[in-house]
Amino acid sequence: MADSEGNERSKQTAIINHAADEGDEKSLAEIQKAKNEGKELTKEEKLRLRKEKKQQKKGKKDDKGPTEKAPVKEKTANPPASSQPVTQNAAQKAPSAVSVPVSESTAPTDKSAKSKAELKAERRARQEAERASKQAKKEPGSQAPSSKSKAPPSELQPAVKRLPEHIQVDDPAVVRKLAKKLERQQKSGQGTSLNVSRVKIPLRSDYGYKVSLFSHLHQYSRKAPLTQQISIPATVIHPSIVRLGLQYSQGIVAGSNARSVALLHAFKQVIQDYSTPPNEELARDLVNKLKPYISFLNQCRPLSASMGNAIKYIKKEISNIPSQCKEEEAKKKLLSCVDSYVNEKITLAAKGISKYAIDKISDGDVILVYGCSSLVNHILCEAFEKQRKFRVIVVDSRPRLEGREALRRLVNRGIRCTYVLISAVSYVLPEVSKVFLGAHALLANGYVMSRVGTSQIALVAKAYNVPVLVCCETYKFCERVQTDSFVSNELDDPDDLIVTRKGKTHLADWQSETSLGLLNLVYDVTPPDFVDLVITELGMIPCTSVPVVLRVKNVDQ
Amino acid sequence: MELQAVLMAAGGGSRMMDLTYNTPKPLLPVGNRPLIWYPLNLLERAGFEEVIVITTKEVQKALSTDQRLKLDVKMKLNVECIQEDADMGTADALRHIQQKLKTDILVVSCDLITDVALHEVVDLFRAHNATLSMLMSKCTSSRRRVPVKKAEREQRDFVGVDSAGKRLLFMANEADLDEGLIIKKSVMRKHPRMHIRTGLLDAHLYCLKRSVVDFLVENKSISSLRGELVPFLVRKQFSKTSISRREEDHSDQSQKRKDATAALDEALLQLASERSCWNDHSGDMSEAYHGGRLRCYAHIMQEGTCYRVNTLTSYVEANRVAPKLFEEAAVHPSAVISERSQVGGDSIIGASCHIADKTSIKRSTIGASTIVKEKVKITNSIIMNSVTIEEGCNIQGSVICNNAVIGRGADIKYCLVGSGQRIEAEAERTNDVIVGSDQLMEI
Repeated sequence: MADSEGNERSKQTAIINHAADEGDEKSLAEIQKAKNEGKELTKEEKLRLRKEKKQQKKGKKDDKGPTEKAPVKEKTANPPASSQPVTQNAAQKAPSAVSVPVSESTAPTDKSAKSKAELKAERRARQEAERASKQAKKEPGSQAPSSKSKAPPSELQPAVKRLPEHIQVDDPAVVRKLAKKLERQQKSGQGTSLNVSRVKIPLRSDYGYKVSLFSHLHQYSRKAPLTQQISIPATVIHPSIVRLGLQYSQGIVAGSNARSVALLHAFKQVIQDYSTPPNEELARDLVNKLKPYISFLNQCRPLSASMGNAIKYIKKEISNIPSQCKEEEAKKKLLSCVDSYVNEKITLAAKGISKYAIDKISDGDVILVYGCSSLVNHILCEAFEKQRKFRVIVVDSRPRLEGREALRRLVNRGIRCTYVLISAVSYVLPEVSKVFLGAHALLANGYVMSRVGTSQIALVAKAYNVPVLVCCETYKFCERVQTDSFVSNELDDPDDLIVTRKGKTHLADWQSETSLGLLNLVYDVTPPDFVDLVITELGMIPCTSVPVVLRVKNVDQ
Repeated sequence: MELQAVLMAAGGGSRMMDLTYNTPKPLLPVGNRPLIWYPLNLLERAGFEEVIVITTKEVQKALSTDQRLKLDVKMKLNVECIQEDADMGTADALRHIQQKLKTDILVVSCDLITDVALHEVVDLFRAHNATLSMLMSKCTSSRRRVPVKKAEREQRDFVGVDSAGKRLLFMANEADLDEGLIIKKSVMRKHPRMHIRTGLLDAHLYCLKRSVVDFLVENKSISSLRGELVPFLVRKQFSKTSISRREEDHSDQSQKRKDATAALDEALLQLASERSCWNDHSGDMSEAYHGGRLRCYAHIMQEGTCYRVNTLTSYVEANRVAPKLFEEAAVHPSAVISERSQVGGDSIIGASCHIADKTSIKRSTIGASTIVKEKVKITNSIIMNSVTIEEGCNIQGSVICNNAVIGRGADIKYCLVGSGQRIEAEAERTNDVIVGSDQLMEI
């Protein structure tokens, strides 16, 4: 008995220490009660417990002190007075907390050896202590999240945030889970069809050695397209989606705006060819049909933030279709939604942005642009048409060499251009008066995610005190937060870095070199300190106002 | 549905009449399977579930009734019959079945034996929104002696591809060129680097857009795909009044009610390609594809097998190679082979064969229900179905067609024995073609 009591005491100490660390007097009382629960689960006690919990949640701490003492005295517990550690943070609660166990210690002990019920009780106690402490902490804040805190129980530490699956490629368990999810999606999509062949959406396998810092990302080869593994007359996946995936993976459709527009076009084809199966609702079935297509496109090339927002919009529109709506009407409505989305968010936004941006371009300016951003090209062409006198320096980088395309489009319009590679940026910057950059996405903490090399240019421009203006439509704003370019990025085909000159390819068998890795990054993030202004169709805002825009957008929707 | 497969199996095999005067070309045995099985297998492996087979009544009857012609295909075959003597070209055949064609089509010829990954050809078709995409292969020359009547010299095909090796810029047959090769300046301006190749084998596998079928319906003068349509399309890529405008007229007439939506879709596609920072070439000021709407692509196989069985040479070659393509038991389980015979590892024995003692069979194909008596030596030959070979024969490098009988002690070297022929005993034939008298009359 003594030993068991001693064990109990140590256990209690541990629990109480933990509870005390939370600094909550209520938790101590709860522990005692919960412990006692294990021994005698009478209805009275349960009811009382519940009542007291409710009272605790309302925050009547002081009143509880006396009420708690009463039932506790009846129970047996032997929390030694010494086990009350002085480590309680809430000083005001300390005296009452100390008083409670002291009173309890006077009660006789009936404790027998440790039983399963008691272990359970202790676990429950820990959970309740944690919950109560969380509620106490959150009470000064908002009430709403407290209800959510009940959801993840059973963890001593606060709930660990889960990493998204697409950046856990080096964990085999996650990859297996993804494969299973693709299988499941495929089968659920085929649930009502008559197709006999059960073709899964294939899993594209990684290629080549991945540099260790980026081993958590996928790296695919352009020579191994996903279409190798699906049947040729694409019956499982809509043909326009297969075509789109191919165009993504081969880079024929590249650039954030182009990808979103092409995606919406493909979705229009899907909607046009869609017919509701019997006993199904269009709203739910169509969304389910789109899921495997989106997985397929994700395998061909990771989705961009703009595409993600477009998909969210479409899914929302589809789910909002009332069930009594006829199929033809619903389809027409959806198609017009898509068209209006493209019109508003892309075409008209570009017009609005160029209006603001043209104000910023004065005569005699030397503007530096990087790579090929459709929006920046549009702005420059519009400015040229409005008779502004400026010249452009196009900065380009390997392996994509997209600057050549930007150069071609600008020169076609008649704009005077200079072309340099990114290694020459610090040499040309003294002549530059402004830098215009495009963005792939704007993150919620004000960071700009754009083509790799953009942060470099922004940094050097800052060093030369040249203003950096980022042009970005609001539909590219995303709620992700990222402070470095490692945690979430895209790895392109490493063979693109290999160059053949005069018939000789030096890196032809780079894979046989064990200590050599080829890294072809696609994106990088620029901190908001380097960006002076973001031009959106809502106006010209500083980088740090992105979360405000997001909040306003969410409220609007 | 994305693609419909069309298998052209109505050809007469005009370049190997000795073999085909009795057996239609699609039913010629290659590695003890009918020739038509190979393209059907290719389509099945690629995932097709339905094939439209254009063939003659004779072939259709044979396929459905004859047990020996095991097809083993799980796909649904829609057989369309055309008259054998109608002398229809491949384009005429497409015109004949145009009602059945609802989407883009993949046309395959029945004499194609290949292990190409079909997605390479179709991906070019999909990704670049091409009008035509075809398969070509680097030719392998055959050096084996084969029974030929006279030296067959084929007209060369000149194929011009761009520097990436994917886009078709020029295609002409030597027969069509009077004096020399003429390349238009507009082509050279757009594609300064062109590789012209003559050693390529055209596999007769084409992916065509639906609008091409409509075009064929309008222009009844085109009768052959390979001979007329493909060179025409390749030329039209660079002409100013391109075919695409005519295609648009046709599509407008046929889909009037879908005009508005189609126009909007086109606008979206146009917007996407404008915003995309991709170009298929660099160095000049024109946009992707030089703004051309009509594009022809070719996938050139560098490695792997690709045979077209349209001459005797290629038939023998294919027989040698085809069985290796597919894992199959070389010796059919129902064949009866005596223990004292030697059957080489690279020989194929068909069903219900009887191979007697002291025979030696090396690098040969023996058809179904063939009887080979004692002391026969067969090397590098193709023996078709139901042939009887008496004792003591020595057959080398020959092709013996169905139902032939080779008499005792005959010595046949590099010959072609036609269907149902009898070779008398103790005959010695070298480099000969033994065919029936009715065949001689046809000539």
